[in-house]
Amino acid sequence: MGIKVLQPGMLTTIQDLGRYGVQKFGVIVGGAMDPISLRIANILVGNSHDEGGLEVTLFGTTLLFESDELIAITGGNLRPTLDGEEVPMWRPLLVQKGSVLKFHAAVSGCRAYVSFSGGIQVPEVMNSKSTYLRAGIGGFHGRKLQKKDVFECGVRSAVGEELFQQLQTESIYFPWFVNYTSFVNLQKTKTIRIIRGSEYERFDEESIKNFLSMPYKITTQADRMGYRLEGEEIQLKAPFELLSEGVTYGTIQVPSNGQPIILMADRQTTGGYPKIGQIISTDLPFLAQMQATDTIHFQEVTLEEAQKALLHQEKQLNELRMALRFRRLQYK
Amino acid sequence: MFTLKEDVQIRPLGDAALVLQVGHGIDEAIHKRVKLIMNLLESHPFEGLIETVPAYNSVTIYYNPVDVYFSNRKKDNKIPFEIVKNCILELLTKSVSVESTKERIVKIPVVYGGDMGPDLEYVASYHGLTPSEVIELHSSGDYLVFMLGFAPGFPFMGGLNQQIATPRKDTPRLAIPPGSVGIAGSQTGIYPLETPGGWQIIGRTPQSLFLPNQTPPTLLQPGDRIRFYPITMEEYNHHLEVATWA
Repeated sequence: MGIKVLQPGMLTTIQDLGRYGVQKFGVIVGGAMDPISLRIANILVGNSHDEGGLEVTLFGTTLLFESDELIAITGGNLRPTLDGEEVPMWRPLLVQKGSVLKFHAAVSGCRAYVSFSGGIQVPEVMNSKSTYLRAGIGGFHGRKLQKKDVFECGVRSAVGEELFQQLQTESIYFPWFVNYTSFVNLQKTKTIRIIRGSEYERFDEESIKNFLSMPYKITTQADRMGYRLEGEEIQLKAPFELLSEGVTYGTIQVPSNGQPIILMADRQTTGGYPKIGQIISTDLPFLAQMQATDTIHFQEVTLEEAQKALLHQEKQLNELRMALRFRRLQYK
Repeated sequence: MFTLKEDVQIRPLGDAALVLQVGHGIDEAIHKRVKLIMNLLESHPFEGLIETVPAYNSVTIYYNPVDVYFSNRKKDNKIPFEIVKNCILELLTKSVSVESTKERIVKIPVVYGGDMGPDLEYVASYHGLTPSEVIELHSSGDYLVFMLGFAPGFPFMGGLNQQIATPRKDTPRLAIPPGSVGIAGSQTGIYPLETPGGWQIIGRTPQSLFLPNQTPPTLLQPGDRIRFYPITMEEYNHHLEVATWA
């Protein structure tokens, strides 16, 4: 019983929405790089939106199902197949016992999310199932998935069970799906919105102009901890001493070489480099779906616009929940 | 009794966090204010508060803008940042008294030099001292933990004797073993996990700093006083054995 890993792929870890409340001890938040895709995947299978799922990076991950399971695949399109046949994303999907789910290659985006109805059964460490690779805690024994690993799913919720039963009768997936385009952008060149960072005023005018008008390319040094960018150099008006303080997901730091670094999900809790900007919450999933050589154009918005965009996104997510409830009733 | 509102500046850190700036520089008086603010926030959490992170002269407050927005009963259409800011400013007008709780002193055993402290010789020669003089200076200091960061349980400490303050290595090591005690400029610290790092490593402690299955999950806390004391390799091994059986 359970789900067996035939091929781990490049990097597959268990992630939920992150480990909160322990940053003051230096313990990182971690969690899904693209939290909105994970939340939608969970909602689609009747889970709580913050349940742990798999984050699959780029390609290769192959899973054998040793029992019937209800899942959903969201996020980047890594060309998933079920027993060799292409399988649709962004909707509830029944995977039958003996079937093999495989992620082939990134067609668009970078990270796919797989939710399992009932969640993945791994112990929570400091209230989270997120894998913290460097400390070796959380997720599946504190590490990325390896060949022959087997994990189990939990008990399905009433909604999950209902969907599971419906899909047992006819097709293994529904004809409807979530229109993800308002939540996730899978283009290779993107406009990413930022608000000013704490040390914005410390950078020289020319640098700020370049930062907000020139393209910045993601280098090969881009992982769950951070993305190093390459573009026009950004310089301070004058050097100054900055003491370490709290940073967060999407903080854009500029070290002395003038090339910005964006802090991602597995960032450290504190940092001491000057911060030119901060990516707004709604645009973090866009960034999570980018990879080396992709290009970013930064655009400045106000804090008010950023928070209104986030409230609007939450409203859309609620509408999605309502629509799913309606769909379910329709199929009864 | 006094209030904490004076000298506190609030600025956003993105759309889901904000920073309370409390004065400037590394200073024990500022550190005490930071601790008082932490206590005040943790004992009076507002709706939507996720967590707070203290640093040398700031407290970063992480909040959920959606929860904050929907918990605002005034319905004055203010954005979440404004709601949180007002809530904090109001909280800071409360009178507080300086705690009389005693400082915790934590003694850390260290094997200095050799394979455990490969840079001890360098630090000594950099200052024209003998290795034993460096050990003597390092283990006679009294260090205050200002904050934790960089890695789980990594203490940012003040109080290093200027006679052994040494710049970082030009090329950082790719892997520093857990427990390594290092010097970087006028800071000294202990690596809880194996990480890359550029600090001058002068010794190693058998003591675990990160304790993921305990509450709190770290040996050291901000506000602790640290004292290092030299031990032999035999004592180091004995300590590790005891820790394994405990």
